Amino acid sequence: MDLLRFITAGSVDDGKSTLIGRLLYDSKNILIDQLEAITKQTKNKEAGVVDLALLTDGLRAEREQGITIDVAYRYFATDKRKFIIADAPGHVQYTRNMITGASNANLIIILVDARQGVVEQTRRHSIIASLLKIPHVVIAINKMDLVDYSQDVYNNIMIDYTEVAKQLGLKDITYIPISALNGDNIVDRSSQIGWYDGKALLDVLEEVKIDSDTNLTDARFQVQLVIRPQTEDLHDYRGYAGKIISGVYKKGDRVTVLPAGTESTIATLEVAGREVEEAFAPQAVVIQLADDVDVSRGDSIVLSDNKPRVSNEIDALLCWMDEKPLQAGNKYYIQHNSRLVRAVVRTIEYKLDVNSLQQQPVEDGVKLNEVVKVKIKTASPLVFDAYDNIGMNGNAILVDETSNSTVAAVLLQ
Amino acid sequence: MSNYHLDYLEQLESESIHIFREIAAQFERPALLFSGGKDSITLVHLAKKAFAPGKIPFPLVHVDTGHNFPEALAYRDQLAGEVNATLIVRKVEDTIREKKLTEPKGKFASRNWLQTYTLLDTIEEFKFDACIGGARRDEEKARAKERIFSVRDEFGQWDPKLQRPELWNIYNGRIHKGENVRVFPISNWTELDIWNYIRKENIGLPSIYFSHDREVIEHEGQLVAMSDYVRVDENDRISTRKVRYRTVGDMTCTAAVESSAANLDQVIEEIIATRVSERGETRIDDRVTEAAMEDRKKNGYF
Repeated sequence: MDLLRFITAGSVDDGKSTLIGRLLYDSKNILIDQLEAITKQTKNKEAGVVDLALLTDGLRAEREQGITIDVAYRYFATDKRKFIIADAPGHVQYTRNMITGASNANLIIILVDARQGVVEQTRRHSIIASLLKIPHVVIAINKMDLVDYSQDVYNNIMIDYTEVAKQLGLKDITYIPISALNGDNIVDRSSQIGWYDGKALLDVLEEVKIDSDTNLTDARFQVQLVIRPQTEDLHDYRGYAGKIISGVYKKGDRVTVLPAGTESTIATLEVAGREVEEAFAPQAVVIQLADDVDVSRGDSIVLSDNKPRVSNEIDALLCWMDEKPLQAGNKYYIQHNSRLVRAVVRTIEYKLDVNSLQQQPVEDGVKLNEVVKVKIKTASPLVFDAYDNIGMNGNAILVDETSNSTVAAVLLQ
Repeated sequence: MSNYHLDYLEQLESESIHIFREIAAQFERPALLFSGGKDSITLVHLAKKAFAPGKIPFPLVHVDTGHNFPEALAYRDQLAGEVNATLIVRKVEDTIREKKLTEPKGKFASRNWLQTYTLLDTIEEFKFDACIGGARRDEEKARAKERIFSVRDEFGQWDPKLQRPELWNIYNGRIHKGENVRVFPISNWTELDIWNYIRKENIGLPSIYFSHDREVIEHEGQLVAMSDYVRVDENDRISTRKVRYRTVGDMTCTAAVESSAANLDQVIEEIIATRVSERGETRIDDRVTEAAMEDRKKNGYF
């Protein structure tokens, strides 16, 4: 059984929480006491319909205001897969929460209200999906019951969205007409939508191929921690612990330690204390090298014939996540996996309009939820790939060194 | 290429090991909060793997309410010995005496809430900057919103509105002096994942997780173990039942479930079949209000 992480995106009234509630409820992943609790809270108790949205709103303020503020994670499983849902708010003021939830997703469900069609929100969610390179997209056209399950409405939305997808370079898109409220095409195919010959949503989630989402071609590994037991029988043991970012490592591989450039050979590979001949992403491993070389936290170990970039002058897209605006010239920490170095944002080149993808000039600092193209200089080099090539080795965060807050998501270019 | 595939338990394990290593690398004085329950036992098992062949580089800390199951305490001592970890025990009893706190009253007077005082004192005593806990996001609504690295202020308080964005696998553990971080390496595991992993890895558990005969009081549909810590009233029906525990907390706030499941396979079968959640079935303390957990977390509870 494998694991699919997905995010649901929709604006305030698109029925996102209802969709998740429905998915959990119809796949029998909601338990009696949880159902009792929301039945008690449901305000409009019409004919036995409980408000499934209440299942997902966790904080008091969210229940009071009837909105989702922060990312919540939900879990469910079927016989075929385990699922982790990042339930993120859709409104523009919560873009940072959506990016947080989307950062680990294999798939995004973008909800479109059948009555409204493709709107600004839909475009923004799609732009985020394309920026973060989420491999699979599901366009769930919701509230079909309110448009009499009309095939024309569905077709028109599909035509409109195909344009958006083309412009953004989104691939692997699945369209599903649904009614989250009534459960049409969520777990089972709906008899109301006879003209639709595709799969129900849950079938898509169970069957989408995700094996190829992991890069097994380019070997990337960064050291989190040096393990030196210094006991009598392990006197000389010096292992480099970390999680393989991408690719495959084998015993005997010729490797280079970066940014230093020192070469060595993999002497042993261990997974959770057990020696293995080879290991692959995303396994957590310990590597021992044949030579006594200087390696510490944040250093990369890569195959000598396939190297990433090593540079201290970096182009990047920043998704700004702090109330305090970014100003050119400000210093931060940049954290690239486990490597933490000082950095200065030298120039802010342009702002990306997340509703239109237009490049715009930056006039007075960069505000919360804005996406900008910048040039960064770091105090010592990063060992990285472009986010578009190897996502997990091309991402980083900026940390404000005075507040310690995470202030930006960084997509290295 | 199809050989290079991890199943979901292996993926979760890898994620948790990665988190453990980040903790050890980013903090000066981490500690693992150990309760003797299955989640913290799983944590210890994962920590062992994360640092092998070295030993776990932080102590196990048990905040002892004095209302524990003796089986869980015995297991705690045995496990700490096995993994060769330092075990620090601090007693709620002592905090109550030193700080002149009021003992909670009532039929199932629970010290669960008072644990927070002892925990915060222990953090201060040892200057812990990271406390590792076995909370899971599937347990409860407020937990579902908490980050894996959850920054707490100097009063141990959680502010759900001021959480740091947590992106990809990058964990920002930078804090100011006096603050600390609660870290939850098994955030993404569900109850069933834990049980399946325990079976797969052959991890030992205290005997109370399996069916045994026990004297219980039936109270509002829940079975509460007879002990010195509960008040027995005239109308209470005491009987001996075949039960097991689904979670292990205090004797006063954890309810047993009727069961004849004597081994892991049978327990897992029952959990798959059950239609009631873990906390709903066994936690007496969560029933107070809809936001009980959110409130406790805001006050420094883990």
